[in-house]
Amino acid sequence: MENKNQHIILETKNLSVGYKTKKEEKLIASNINIALQKGQLIGLVGANGIGKSTLLRSLTQVQAKLSGEILLNDKPLASYSNLELAKSMSLVLTEKVASKNLSVFELIALGRQPYTNWVGTLSEEDIAVINKAIAHTNIEELKNKKCFELSDGQLQKVMITRALAQDTDLIILDEPTTHLDMYHKAYILKLLQKLVKETGKTILFSSHEIDLAIQLCDSMIVMNKKEVVSDSPCKLISKGVFNNLFPEDLITFDVNTGSFRVKK
Amino acid sequence: MPKLTTYRNAFIVLILVLILCFFANISLGSVSIPFKTILESLIGSTDNYIIQNYRLPKAFTAILVGSGLGISGLLMQTLFRNPLAGPFVLGITSGASLGVALIILGAGVFGGTLAGLLVSKWSIVIAASLGSFLVLLAVLIVSSRVRDTMAILIIGLMFGSITSAVVSVLSYFSSAEQLQQYIFWGFGSLGNLSWKELGIFFIIYLIGLLLSIISIKGLNTLLLGENYAKSLGLNLKQSRFIIIIATSLLAGTITAFAGPIAFIGLAIPHITRQVFNTANHKVLLPAVFLFGAIIMLICDSIAQLPTSDYTLPINAITSLIGAPVVIWLLVRKRKMIF
Repeated sequence: MENKNQHIILETKNLSVGYKTKKEEKLIASNINIALQKGQLIGLVGANGIGKSTLLRSLTQVQAKLSGEILLNDKPLASYSNLELAKSMSLVLTEKVASKNLSVFELIALGRQPYTNWVGTLSEEDIAVINKAIAHTNIEELKNKKCFELSDGQLQKVMITRALAQDTDLIILDEPTTHLDMYHKAYILKLLQKLVKETGKTILFSSHEIDLAIQLCDSMIVMNKKEVVSDSPCKLISKGVFNNLFPEDLITFDVNTGSFRVKK
Repeated sequence: MPKLTTYRNAFIVLILVLILCFFANISLGSVSIPFKTILESLIGSTDNYIIQNYRLPKAFTAILVGSGLGISGLLMQTLFRNPLAGPFVLGITSGASLGVALIILGAGVFGGTLAGLLVSKWSIVIAASLGSFLVLLAVLIVSSRVRDTMAILIIGLMFGSITSAVVSVLSYFSSAEQLQQYIFWGFGSLGNLSWKELGIFFIIYLIGLLLSIISIKGLNTLLLGENYAKSLGLNLKQSRFIIIIATSLLAGTITAFAGPIAFIGLAIPHITRQVFNTANHKVLLPAVFLFGAIIMLICDSIAQLPTSDYTLPINAITSLIGAPVVIWLLVRKRKMIF
């Protein structure tokens, strides 16, 4: 599957991420060299506090990088205007939507904002894109509901649909499976896999569901204290990258099943 | 997405109600004027001093005040992602009051010769606009530091307290006349504007309204929250600035010309959302305009106490209508939505 399309959409070179205040720089992770292949589902995993969110925030230009390079379609990320970036990259964030009074259709339609006129009128083409996105995620029956009527799982599907409607080559999701039950965690990640296959988009998500990610992703980025490794799940397992992801006193990685076990 | 056409009937009804309220408003007053005379003086065939120079400008002022406060409330509720935001609650009206208090009452403190020059209508207008703009700026700076929107509301309340404290201090040093002038300004009044003043008021109002209209798309994007809005290509700083300028122009001039009118800015957007049940600003903005104008005209008609010689302070009437709306919003079972 890796040979299908070797074109790189997002690439980092010697990237360091962290927080910069006037007084000091707080380095969270450094020497990050990753390349996202077009048309792949990529999972970003690592322990709490290792810097997954910081990395994603830097890749999406929510916060500034400390040093190194981020290239989106071979162009430096910083050279993109807000609007250009909105047409190349869409996001699903962990933060709650501010207004729950929006209908599902209205919320998804906001994904078309980079393309609409000054007052945000939807053209027929916009509506066609929205309906296509809704068909992809199978949420026709939610279309006319208000956001406050939805469960967490449904809302996450709606947010993914909104990102689809933004019609970008790359979709980045920050922990899309938090607050969801086991079934919906699997459902959402499976949905992402399906979207990659059907639409040819590249999807990067961070998650704590390492077992599921190993089963579904085309490639994975693993962050641990020493380094950031990126490869296909099988190769990562054979390299033993998962073995020292967490302190081994409590959980260990079982190479045969590709999952974690609690020490009894 | 619901378009304007979906709500066509509702808009037609609202426009008719607005026209009805407008005529009712100029028909009612302490002096009863036959309807025929009213119509004639409106088209100019008969000259009626009360209609042409008192009731007509007052009705227009009511429309500008109601719609302007409603729109500035709507803008702020979206910008601050808080259903309780409004020019009064956020302390913007207090800021304007503070400016006016400094001009009217401070004139006595800071010297006699300047006083006469300072206390003109225009200096009051400028002081009120400046005061509201400064408070809004302060609220914005705080809101970028503090993520908790409750804190912003508390800060708004604090500005209210500071205003009343400064007013108490100033009133201790000022003459009875000045104090009376300030207190009367504080009651709010729609009926004090000449046509010329109304013209200036209208021009500033229009600028605020136009800025609100060009913010419609940005406001809709902000419904998703700031980070999403940015990811959708919105120039956050610029949009926020335009929205703030629009709000302070609207709320500032209204407070300057009509006094601090309570609760209209907070209550109107909520009443509108109850009827239109949408979050889309393309629908909400014109709807809020109509609702604001209608309710302000009704409040003014009530304040006139038709057929009696008394006039109630407009601020009392709007509070009587607005405060229960706020209480009702807070005790409603469903979480407040905006």
